[in-house]
Amino acid sequence: MSEKALIETRDLKQHFPLRKGLFGGKSQVVKAVDGISIEIPRRSVLGLVGESGSGKSTFGQAVMGLTKPTAGSMTFDGIDMATASSAELRGLKRRMQMVFQDPFSSLNPRMSVAETLGVPLRFHEPQLNGAQRKDRAAEMLERVGLPGQYVDRFPHEFSGGQRQRIGIARALMVHPDFIMADEVVSALDVSVQAQVLNLFGRLQRDLELTMLFITHDLAVVGHVSDFVAVMYLGRVVEIAPTRELFSSPKHPYTEALLSAAPTPQTKNRRQRIVLKGDIPSPLNPPSGCPFRTRCPYALEECAHSTPELREFASGHKAACIRDDLSLASATQQQKEPA
Amino acid sequence: MAAATEQIQTNSKLRFFESRTLRRFVRHRLAITGLVMIVGIGILCVVGPWLLPHDMLDINIRDRFSPPLTDTFIMGTDEMGRDLAARLFMAGRVSLMVGIAAMILSTLIGTVIGLVAGYFGKVTGTVLMRLTDSFLCFPQIFLLLTLAAFLEPNAFMITLIIAVTSWMEVARIVSAEIRSLRERDFITAARISGASHRWIMFRELLPNTIGPIIVAATLTIAKAILLEAYVSFLGYGIQPPMPSWGNMLNNAQQFLDTAPWLAIIPGIAITAAVTSFNFIGDGLRDALDARSDAQ
Repeated sequence: MSEKALIETRDLKQHFPLRKGLFGGKSQVVKAVDGISIEIPRRSVLGLVGESGSGKSTFGQAVMGLTKPTAGSMTFDGIDMATASSAELRGLKRRMQMVFQDPFSSLNPRMSVAETLGVPLRFHEPQLNGAQRKDRAAEMLERVGLPGQYVDRFPHEFSGGQRQRIGIARALMVHPDFIMADEVVSALDVSVQAQVLNLFGRLQRDLELTMLFITHDLAVVGHVSDFVAVMYLGRVVEIAPTRELFSSPKHPYTEALLSAAPTPQTKNRRQRIVLKGDIPSPLNPPSGCPFRTRCPYALEECAHSTPELREFASGHKAACIRDDLSLASATQQQKEPA
Repeated sequence: MAAATEQIQTNSKLRFFESRTLRRFVRHRLAITGLVMIVGIGILCVVGPWLLPHDMLDINIRDRFSPPLTDTFIMGTDEMGRDLAARLFMAGRVSLMVGIAAMILSTLIGTVIGLVAGYFGKVTGTVLMRLTDSFLCFPQIFLLLTLAAFLEPNAFMITLIIAVTSWMEVARIVSAEIRSLRERDFITAARISGASHRWIMFRELLPNTIGPIIVAATLTIAKAILLEAYVSFLGYGIQPPMPSWGNMLNNAQQFLDTAPWLAIIPGIAITAAVTSFNFIGDGLRDALDARSDAQ
């Protein structure tokens, strides 16, 4: 990463206090995001995977500045979001946009497509008049693969996939540099997922976007991202270039995730690594390595201290104390019959 | 082909859920009955006084206490021989105007307070909602009578007093609605788009709460008409000689056994207007609730 990263977080934490009853008692803290340091280089896509409750969406919200992080910093293009002046922040916010998970609640049902797409323009390019905004909306609609004359329609007249395209168009209206996509295809049919993902891929290349792509679907992540970060219980347990992560995972959790992804073969089914139990409660995480309670390779030392990310290969980091593991890759798992 | 495209375009302009709402409303028999009755009462009150041969202030000593359908007095006359029909229609103008004006005012107050409380939440929201609750603590009718006793009783003041004592329900409905809407993704999207608080409140949130507001507003008219009648009946409201349905009742009570029509006719007018507005409100509530289509 010779060029400076566009997005950089340093030990970002997002804790939520839980109040117990009216008169307190001991208040507990949910550590939804517990110290994440990542970099997203310009024009690249970082896929963030993890199961529900791992804190990936919370992290995404903190990156977007929707919540104030408890600790740590988030820099965008070299500017620290926490210390930026409000004028700087305003400029930054134009450059960071977001696409949402649920295409049904992300569009205002009372606004036509032209109005919805016009909102970012109203506030970031106030010199435009209504007709100009509408032209821009129609242009952008064609860019995301919908006919430009649909600008006068209302959200209920569109299918889920079309609505998601409108959501993407809205994010692109003000020419952002960075897009945060939070589970953007998980609400869609599989056939539509592919179309929307291809659209993302094309737009990312054409507009040279930097993206944070949050999902729980490994196949999706493999398709769109240059790098993948795997999250577990509020921490990143492994981060690597996509191909590398799939071919030689270094963290047992990643291995288990890869084994769980479905394959098209009926014969030679890969060996599935079934994790015991559920993800532990972030209210009361296990001591030491957060994954040790479900890890098939756990040692006694794993309970002592929380492992930090360390470099296994260039650009490939994992938070596991064991060097001696030879974990199965996605393809190995397929080839070796059970 | 061109015709087909045009067809699609006109369809898309017609807001589909609104037309469905309309259809559900039209199918609601009571609501339509109520609407027809209110329109009828409205037309009578506006046009009626001109069509009748008597002015509401004309005193005919010889024709005192004529029962309904005597000569040209279709509803009879009162203790001074004034035409009851003319008085009833003029009173209707006053009562309906007070009801509608009070509704507009109280809905405005309630909507703004509910919107601000629901949107900002936290301290602002809590303070505003506690204020609303504290208003709700007083029985409305005592609050109304107390205020009416201190202020000059005319139509404008009565409207103001009714509005000030009946905005709370709208405020609570709106704030509850806003609190749930504000968590939806399209609000986050507006925030990310750089939208101001004012834009989010009035352009993103408010249009989505119009349904419940309209229902509450309709029911508020019914309540306001009833309150005006109540206060005027007790003598603190609209003062004679200006008639209102309430003070007509006040007058009539001393002649209840000799000239019962003096009480019955304005009583029917109040009942008809109030039930009609309530029916319309119920119909709107059902029509705006998309779940009622599921049956």
